[in-house]
Amino acid sequence: MRKPHDINPVLSRRAILRAALATGGGLMLSGMIPGLPGARAQSGSAFTPNAFIRIDRNGAITFIMRHVEMGQGIYTGIAMLLAEELEVSLDKVRLEAAPANASYIDKSAGEEVTGGSASTRDSWVPLRQAGAAARIMLIQAASTRWSVPASTCVARDGAVLHPESSRRLDYGALADDAAHQKIPDPVPLKNPSQFQLIGTSPQRMDTHAKSNGTACFGMDVRVEGMKTGRIMACPVKGGRLKGFDREAALKTPGVTDIVTLPDAIAVIGDHSWAAISGMKAARPEWDYGPHSGMSSATQLQALRSASEKTGIVAKNTGDVTAALASSPVRIDAIYESPFLAHAALEPINTTLHIRSDSADVWVGTQVPLRARQEVADATGLPPERITVHNHLIGGGFGRRLDSNSIGQAARLAKQVPFPVKLFWTREEDIRQDQFRPFYYDRITAGLDDKGLIKAWHHRTTGSFVLARWAPEGLQNGLDSDAVEGATETPYAIPSQRNEAVQCEPEGITTLWWRGVGPTHNVFVVEGMIDELAHASGTDPLSFRRRHLTHSPRGLKVLDEAARQAGWGRPLPKGHGLGIALHYSFQCWAATVLEVEVGGGGEIRLIRADTAVDCGPVVFPDAVRAQIQGGLIFGLTMALYNEITFRNGQAEQSNFHNYRMMRLNEAPDIRVHLVSDPDAEIGGIGEVGTVAAAPVLANAIFAATGRRLRRIPFAPQLAMNPTGEKKA
Amino acid sequence: MRTILINGESHDVDVPDDMPLLWVLRDVLGLTGTKYGCGIAQCGACTVHVDGKPARACQLPVSLIGTRPVTTIEAIGQTETGQRVQAAWLDEQVIQCGYCQSGQIMAAAALLQTTPSPSDDDIDDAMSGNICRCGTYVRVRAAIHKAASNA
Repeated sequence: MRKPHDINPVLSRRAILRAALATGGGLMLSGMIPGLPGARAQSGSAFTPNAFIRIDRNGAITFIMRHVEMGQGIYTGIAMLLAEELEVSLDKVRLEAAPANASYIDKSAGEEVTGGSASTRDSWVPLRQAGAAARIMLIQAASTRWSVPASTCVARDGAVLHPESSRRLDYGALADDAAHQKIPDPVPLKNPSQFQLIGTSPQRMDTHAKSNGTACFGMDVRVEGMKTGRIMACPVKGGRLKGFDREAALKTPGVTDIVTLPDAIAVIGDHSWAAISGMKAARPEWDYGPHSGMSSATQLQALRSASEKTGIVAKNTGDVTAALASSPVRIDAIYESPFLAHAALEPINTTLHIRSDSADVWVGTQVPLRARQEVADATGLPPERITVHNHLIGGGFGRRLDSNSIGQAARLAKQVPFPVKLFWTREEDIRQDQFRPFYYDRITAGLDDKGLIKAWHHRTTGSFVLARWAPEGLQNGLDSDAVEGATETPYAIPSQRNEAVQCEPEGITTLWWRGVGPTHNVFVVEGMIDELAHASGTDPLSFRRRHLTHSPRGLKVLDEAARQAGWGRPLPKGHGLGIALHYSFQCWAATVLEVEVGGGGEIRLIRADTAVDCGPVVFPDAVRAQIQGGLIFGLTMALYNEITFRNGQAEQSNFHNYRMMRLNEAPDIRVHLVSDPDAEIGGIGEVGTVAAAPVLANAIFAATGRRLRRIPFAPQLAMNPTGEKKA
Repeated sequence: MRTILINGESHDVDVPDDMPLLWVLRDVLGLTGTKYGCGIAQCGACTVHVDGKPARACQLPVSLIGTRPVTTIEAIGQTETGQRVQAAWLDEQVIQCGYCQSGQIMAAAALLQTTPSPSDDDIDDAMSGNICRCGTYVRVRAAIHKAASNA
């Protein structure tokens, strides 16, 4: 998700540092890291730190993290950057989540976001600078105390040593003095050849608690005197609550309160079961409002007709019209990517205690500042009187980039005097999601007489998420996310035009979803590349290679994935190998997938090989884990997922009809790191997802000869196993 | 008021008969390691052991438990198998967001208690009821094999 960057111009990737005596003694080094959550966007503004190292007198070392852990391993990755330069081992470091309150953020700070696969990318240089600065100041403090040159001292494992005299002082003993040292400028960084931590795979710092039930997600928050409520909103957006059976609901054992909004109701009780049973008894009735005629068919019709228009031109090289007209081989295609729910396993929930003069909010959010503002808007309280206690998130995937559910919960919670946890059931979480947009892509491409791509015209039509979330980020009306992965393909294409048509769906709110623009665009691009390869009678690997002569990194990952997968080997009947290449989030990645499609259209995913070049690798095991998980996330979508609408309502509601891939269906996934340590660092959280749909479509084609241009694939294979055209 | 045996301790709880064990654990006893994911026994995040066998706590009314002992993620590490599974989970770095992993670990521990050396097919059968949205399945399988081999 690139949006945070677009609206938060990065002035420089250099850290601005300040040192101070910590409360209670010791060193507090604060860093203002451009591009990280909480950094000011404007130049020349006050110092608003967003990264912290605290070294107490007793030697305790604490990193205060502004990022939220959603499973991506970012706590560990970020801690590694700091610890590497500070010369401490990870087991000596404690992590604290920074609350969204006045001591950690300034009201006028820019967006505070964990997203966009940006955390490691943004932190790579400045957090190492912060760690190095603290180390240098500790050394300076020791050398002053010992009256020896700083150059004769070294830092190692949480202490400064003076080898000549065998003296040693722990960081804790130096912390007060270090706070008064001058901050080095510039801050020299270690040569990568000296890295001891970066590039290794330590035990993740967040997982022990997740293995024994002690990790506390937002859903697990328990506050003294708390009650629990289930929220239900009108299943059609824009509708209103017409009535409900208050008496029956209040008679339900454990139910204590019922509160409403114009479009929602919350049944509150002593425990979740009271809230769930009470809601059943309340039998809310709705006035469905103006969008009750909306359906999948009306959505598709709107997209289709919008796609007939010329869109905002995002790229235009050469003369596409003329080049297409003179192409001996030309393919016109329409690709469709459906509405999707995020379906994180932890459903939406917010715990609030709203008082007359202040409020506390316990929630897992990717945007703590927005969360606080939601509560301020709902209650009229000044933001600085609201404390957001951020929690572990049980799966983000983009969903917790929005904060609407927190505002809804606050408007309900302010009606009761006690702390209350308000949660959505799984059904609510799916039906009331802010959906990944439906994208309708028209693409036309032509080959020249040598079988090389001559012309390429790709027009995508769909919702512009940025237009709602941060309209100031639009560029001449264009949401760059709509064309990300489409304008810059890996391939040499002489004439290329990209357009985007904004088409906002009736009665649906849209939001980013793992892999964002590239997840949808690479499906179209890599599908079409495969179509062109077959149209020209060329092997899909060779066809790609012919268009990559300018791209050594693209060729490298493509060749590695092909080699590891045994591209070209003889396959049993019904099997096929698909291939897909992309450059997303500053990573090069190629995936080969082997599938088997049976006579009844049943599909088995056998094995995936992904080769990745993400530049410098901080935490190799986390890169592998993100590719494995991201691929499964994307394959789940490509096989099974689609939110459909009828009478204005989402038709899917739980995992029985919004299907998740399960362990027995998952392929073996092998990740091959072929990273270039001198390249720009990439973000890895979404890379695996991007390749999934195209590599699966291409593998199914290889296995069956059937080209699937519409997601999800499994129902199409099952309904029409042979792919025969119906008369 | 009824008495239930959770993790070796008796608890007197005053709750409706139809209240699923999941909410008794989480909201009454404060054992929040057992998760709510779907409420219809589709995802397995609420997996506990009842009398040593895996059960979906979201679909198990408290009135049906009787005197059978219940073990949750908070206490599975006190069993030899549970400890091995947890250690293998950390060794293989299975966990990402972690929300489903209590259920995964409980399902894996139940499998190893009955099938000490499971085949891939055994693992498919025992684990396909547990959804992991982060897609940690490759490592779940590897960790179960590792836990089995560490017996």
